[in-house]
Amino acid sequence: MVTLTIDGREVQAEEGTTILEAARESNIYIPTLCYHEEVTPYGACRLCLVEVARNGREKLVASCLYEVAEGLRVKTNSERIASNRKMIMELLLARCPNNKAIQDLARQLGVEKTSFKLEDKQCILCALCVRVCQEVVGVSAISLVNRGVDRQMATPFYEPSDVCIGCGACAYVCPTGAIGFEDVGDTRYIHWPNNKMEFKLRKCKTCGNYWAPEKQLDYIIKKANLSPDAFDNCPDCRD
Amino acid sequence: MAKRETKRLSSPQELEALRKSIIEKRDHNKPCITICGGTGCLALAAQDVITGFRREIQEQGLETKVDIRITGCPGFCERGPLVVIKPENILYQQVKGEDVPEIVSATVKGNIVDRLLYTDPNTGKKITYEHEVPFYRKQKRLLLGDNSNIDPTEIRDYLALGGYAALSKVLFEMSPEQIIEEVKKSGLRGRGGGGFPTGVKWETCRQAQGDTRYIICNCDEGDPGAFMDRSLMEGNPHSVLEGMIIGAYAIGGHEGYIYVRNEYPLAVKNAQIAIEQTEEHGLLGKNILGSGFDFTVRISRGGGAFVCGESTALMASLEGKVGEPRAKYVHTVEKGLWEQPTNLNNVETWANVPLIIKNGADWYSKVGTEGSKGTKIFSLVGKINNTGLVEVPMGISLREIIYDIGGGIPGGKKFKAVQTGGPSGGCIPESLLDLPVDFDQLTKVGSMMGSGGMIVMDENSCMVDIAKYFIGFLEGESCGKCVPCREGLKRMGQILTDITEGRGKEGDIELLERLSAAITDSSLCALGSTASNPVLTTIRYFRDEYEAHIRDKRCPAGVCKELITYLIDEEKCPGCGLCVKACPVEAITFMGKKKPVVLDQEKCIKCGICYDVCKLDAVIKK
Ligand SMILES: Cc1cc2nc3c(=O)[nH]c(=O)nc-3n(C[C@H](O)[C@H](O)[C@H](O)COP(=O)(O)O)c2cc1C
Ligand code: SF4
Ligand code: SF4
Ligand code: FES
Ligand code: FES
Repeated sequence: MVTLTIDGREVQAEEGTTILEAARESNIYIPTLCYHEEVTPYGACRLCLVEVARNGREKLVASCLYEVAEGLRVKTNSERIASNRKMIMELLLARCPNNKAIQDLARQLGVEKTSFKLEDKQCILCALCVRVCQEVVGVSAISLVNRGVDRQMATPFYEPSDVCIGCGACAYVCPTGAIGFEDVGDTRYIHWPNNKMEFKLRKCKTCGNYWAPEKQLDYIIKKANLSPDAFDNCPDCRD
Repeated sequence: MAKRETKRLSSPQELEALRKSIIEKRDHNKPCITICGGTGCLALAAQDVITGFRREIQEQGLETKVDIRITGCPGFCERGPLVVIKPENILYQQVKGEDVPEIVSATVKGNIVDRLLYTDPNTGKKITYEHEVPFYRKQKRLLLGDNSNIDPTEIRDYLALGGYAALSKVLFEMSPEQIIEEVKKSGLRGRGGGGFPTGVKWETCRQAQGDTRYIICNCDEGDPGAFMDRSLMEGNPHSVLEGMIIGAYAIGGHEGYIYVRNEYPLAVKNAQIAIEQTEEHGLLGKNILGSGFDFTVRISRGGGAFVCGESTALMASLEGKVGEPRAKYVHTVEKGLWEQPTNLNNVETWANVPLIIKNGADWYSKVGTEGSKGTKIFSLVGKINNTGLVEVPMGISLREIIYDIGGGIPGGKKFKAVQTGGPSGGCIPESLLDLPVDFDQLTKVGSMMGSGGMIVMDENSCMVDIAKYFIGFLEGESCGKCVPCREGLKRMGQILTDITEGRGKEGDIELLERLSAAITDSSLCALGSTASNPVLTTIRYFRDEYEAHIRDKRCPAGVCKELITYLIDEEKCPGCGLCVKACPVEAITFMGKKKPVVLDQEKCIKCGICYDVCKLDAVIKK
């Protein structure tokens, strides 16, 4: 265990944890958009910036990546941090002016309007979907393609992915709701910002409801080495 | 060249004996025609010259009388293809295939071909010897100086000049700690951009915990227009390799990589040949020179994205992953390539190492300023008479580089600014021309050393347009991972475009400043955190130009098309009609002899052709 101070408060944290984790443990709020505890931190949204004192200089670091250390002094809110966060929100608000999550967070951080020309996007390229798909689901069906301003979230070559199992974890984790996800009848639709796919759903042998994508169930059966009939029934009808 | 049997050298004595025999076998009075085979000269048809010399010497049976050597770039590419006759160092410039017979016969007779000599544009006098050419006179060519004495594909040339003596010295006379101490004492700082003290980096890497340590040479050189690393790697690859082997020994690494951008085929080829030759000679590989120290080097070819030159992106790319930077809170010297301690240095940094070891830190640190020691190579380009590579002592003034070495601005135009440090460097105005060039001074004025790009601009450059150009480049090269860099540079580009196209608004300058501050402060890697320099410095030193664009919708340099108006000076125009015929959109009407023509602003597309064709200055550009 190490002891550090966050905003003047002494806080204990496990070695190897990040400032963000330590702060959350102690109920100190730091805004984030590209962080999720289930996946490797990425450091892309830059909202979680905090100030740490190092070599006598106050340095801005991404708290989702910076590890705690004995005696570390951290500020999570200062004039400097606030103005950086505001500019980042102005930039995101210009990119996604019609996105509810972004609007709310902007307002919360004191940004009512943006100085820049409006686009109309929903995806902020945080790569949470990509990381979840790779690290949690384990299939890497989606990625961020192209460099710089042309960067987009998509399946490789914008083609329907043959490894995607339609589980919808990407949609679940997306902080802005940029990924559409809907079950209609026997079909699941996943609508990513730049392409979409359809999945056949399996019918429960007992109640007859369509309940999960065939591909996902086959994937789990194969991965967990279950018997082929393991998912013949939906969870509600399983004994 | 005939294949020689090479023997693996297994002691310092054997190395010295080989060196002695190479030197003794050479006839130092025998003329040697050296031809630059660097990329710049090759682009100017140097291959014709090279083939020409080979054929001529053979046809005349002069093999025993004259030697030929194909060398790397000595820097004066502007005047290429270059030929230098040794030992006198007679410099022939802009040599063509058909000049070859004349040069050969003059050389054999001890004569000089006057018409191929360089003419000093200031005095109008012909200059015979290389070292008397003003371009070279004020340089201090510790690194590039040997290029014209070395055939980079021939390790014997490097050995003849004392090559690998420094390696032999460290392996048998110095401990790793002593080497690190010497490098620290020399004051050498990294030439790849950050200026980090090299000795300190080595020490941290040596002390880091790991299963193994990697040694990498950064030859990505993504700055547009820069070619110092290319020229070193092409022209004197052994100096870089020797530096790397010394570093590996000091740090305790056994595997090395040279990361070269794919667009540098000749650098890749020459580095590959150098690696093979050092291995054959027992100077690389297992048990180097019989010392028991092992080190191997492999070449890795980079995809060419600018951001891949950044240390963490480079290592990701070496691992076969997407070349994207990551946060460096754990330094790469502790956890770099494959999570192992990794020491990355720039090509030029490595090339300095043998010099420091051979001559000592005290000798080395005599050159330069308090905080920046040694020389720095710049690629001097833009509106300057002598473009090329210049190697100068740290502390020399910008004025000396631009006027004494660069020969000033062409066409009698006025100097306006010089941009140093590559695309994310800053623009330095005339009032700061006496600034001594070193790491700290350049940073102080809002620019940086970067890897050594130097672009000169004259009065016809619009500084807002320049800022727009660099931001456009960086926007295209940003990896796009973090929000401030990706989104911020895009917005910066939009605002600058609006200003140059007449849509600038009050408050734009302040918005640019606010945006710059956030991009600088919050970006993930140094691409983003330095990217605002071109904008900040042009606002700082040329604010009036921004204001003219925004308030008066006027481009003082007459560059921004949308803000230029062409007018007919009715006093001066005799109605000759030249412009009427030249105008591609028929915007100018002939009104009869002796009557001034009339220009229709509605139709004018601002191509400027009328302005160019009018012989009487009757077309005004405003
Ligand atoms: C966007 C970006 C591009 C870079 N490109 C290069 C490059 O082309 N060559 C280079 O040596 N260093 C480059 N660097 C600097 C490297 O990250 C690193 O600092 C350097 O190679 C270390 O070597 P040095 O200590 O010898 O300077 C770049 C840095 C950034 C941020
Ligand atoms: S779709 Fe959502 S989760 Fe995926 S990159 Fe875009 S914003 Fe992030
Ligand atoms: S600063 Fe730019 S180049 Fe660096 S990580 Fe961020 S987006 Fe990529
Ligand atoms: S949460 Fe740390 S950078 Fe996005
Ligand atoms: S390439 Fe020949 S002088 Fe530079």
